[in-house]
Amino acid sequence: MASPIEQFQIRPIVPVEVLGVDASLTNSGVLMLIAVTGIVTFLTLTMRRRALVPGRWQSVAEVTYEFVAGMVRENVGLEGRKYFPFIFSLFMFVLFGNMLGMIPYSFTFTSHIIVTFTMAAVVFLGTTVIGFARHGIGFFSFFLPAGTPWFVAPILIPIEVISYFTRPISLSLRLFANMTAGHTLLKVFAGFVVTMGLAGFVPLVFVIALTGLEFLIAFLQAYVFAILSCIYLSDAIHLH
Amino acid sequence: MEVDAAKLIGAGLAVVGLGGVGAGIGNIFATTISSLARNPSARSIINQPMWLGFALVEAVALYALVIALMLLFVF
Repeated sequence: MASPIEQFQIRPIVPVEVLGVDASLTNSGVLMLIAVTGIVTFLTLTMRRRALVPGRWQSVAEVTYEFVAGMVRENVGLEGRKYFPFIFSLFMFVLFGNMLGMIPYSFTFTSHIIVTFTMAAVVFLGTTVIGFARHGIGFFSFFLPAGTPWFVAPILIPIEVISYFTRPISLSLRLFANMTAGHTLLKVFAGFVVTMGLAGFVPLVFVIALTGLEFLIAFLQAYVFAILSCIYLSDAIHLH
Repeated sequence: MEVDAAKLIGAGLAVVGLGGVGAGIGNIFATTISSLARNPSARSIINQPMWLGFALVEAVALYALVIALMLLFVF
């Protein structure tokens, strides 16, 4: 029987080699293209006939927009409006990646740490640049909030600096680990169904319940990824 | 041989952290339920921090899982 880890294997579909570097189109890349095409088609088609009283499809698009817009408004405030397109793309890309991964025999590109780490690194570098651009050298006061007694500074500053630099790691590891663990768990339980014969009915019920839980997690992790990006952005703009 | 045994023991020990995660998630939902029982109309305000807290605590469980899997398959 196939190992539960096998589903995360990257296979080249169109082999390409540029200057000795393997740049093949892989199953991961194909799924990313499907996700991006899916998002663009979804938003273009649903908003093609714009009506004052939205139809069914238009309200789906409006609910998605309003969901992310509310998230940015509540966590970053009015200054966050500029960054709304970025947060929206991030949320939709992660959401579509997670949801496409739930289709049997497809591939979850968010279950690879390099994908999630790249997104987290962009968020981290972006918020740091925004922080320095807005506050200049004053951004360093982020590591020592105003009103802190001077004698805790030697302990507080290293803690704040370390917690700041572990942000991209925890942000990427959270999404990656959730996706990997969830899909492995489904595969392991599916293996029990086959090996236990007639009694396999019991794990089958579990697999159905876990699939439902996985859909919840797929949405929740996209939400958490977007909301934590908002919180980091708000830290860079408002400094605590 | 001893290294293999130590790997298995280490992986088992790594997931002990799930006890704390169980307590944490239980605490989150217990407080949510008691808050909703006191004030059912606050559901829309309570929901967002609840799911955020749930996801953050659940991530700790997965860190333990990643460490266990690394001990088993990487080293």
